[in-house]
Amino acid sequence: MADHAAAVAHQFDDAEQQRGAAELGMWIFLATEVMFFGGMFTAFTAYRWLYPAAFAHASRHLDVLLGGTNTVVLIGSSLTMVLAVHGARVGHRRMLLVCLALTMCLGSVFLGIKAIEWGHKWEDGLVPGLRFTLTGADAGPQELFFFLYFAMTGVHALHLIIGIGVVGVILALAWRGHYTPAYHNPVEVTGLYWHFVDIVWIFLLPMLYLIGRHGP
Amino acid sequence: MAHSGVRLYVAVFAALIVLTVATVAVSYVDLGPASVVVALAIAFTKAVLVVLFFMHLRESSGLTWVVAGGGFFWLAILIALTMSDVVTRGWLPVGVK
Repeated sequence: MADHAAAVAHQFDDAEQQRGAAELGMWIFLATEVMFFGGMFTAFTAYRWLYPAAFAHASRHLDVLLGGTNTVVLIGSSLTMVLAVHGARVGHRRMLLVCLALTMCLGSVFLGIKAIEWGHKWEDGLVPGLRFTLTGADAGPQELFFFLYFAMTGVHALHLIIGIGVVGVILALAWRGHYTPAYHNPVEVTGLYWHFVDIVWIFLLPMLYLIGRHGP
Repeated sequence: MAHSGVRLYVAVFAALIVLTVATVAVSYVDLGPASVVVALAIAFTKAVLVVLFFMHLRESSGLTWVVAGGGFFWLAILIALTMSDVVTRGWLPVGVK
């Protein structure tokens, strides 16, 4: 373990510079992720502007209770993630391991609830292209809403699946004692990624579930 | 120090939960057009809390602030320029016979 604590790659002056580079690299990746999700957020904003009534009607098909519960679950997973990072910083091994495991559990609970919601949408015939049974004047724009709903929640869920996998790898490495207060950059940057995925959902909740509960 | 760190994280978590309950509760009240503003303002506040405290941006270097700010600034450009097209299309009778 001492070799890991002392491990500063040869291109860096010191551990602090190495840590700063890891953090900056992750933030640059997250900036590209902002643009990736931003395209879909922009498309949603534009079509909601063009079809306000249809988007409001479609939004009311979503289950606010399940969406709200999932928000609480994901914010809880962000708390356990930041506590894992805290455990790594202060060298509290059990806190690091337990909180990483809890983060994976809460992420899985989120996906489970999401799967239940998607199942309801299938039963209700609200899946564009495969099983869409709405009829009427604004069925087309409502199908557009559900296309964006599945695209945005689907890509978000994919990010969460990747996140759970990465946290699993970090958990295995932490179990083997790879991280010390002097070197735990992978734990820090995994935390950044996890919190970013949480932030995406923080915006998806109002946009998809909440805005449109009243009005035309 | 260690314990004050944990207390801060739990306090931020509590604030995020309160804001989540608030935004869901407020969605049951008909505020008209203001409901969009309120919902997005609450989401933005939650995102800032996560970025500053859970992602530790307040401890980060100026360079990280530039990258984080740049990401959201470019997102603002993307949305603003796209919507400036979508919103204003009907304003002038161009191409209408």
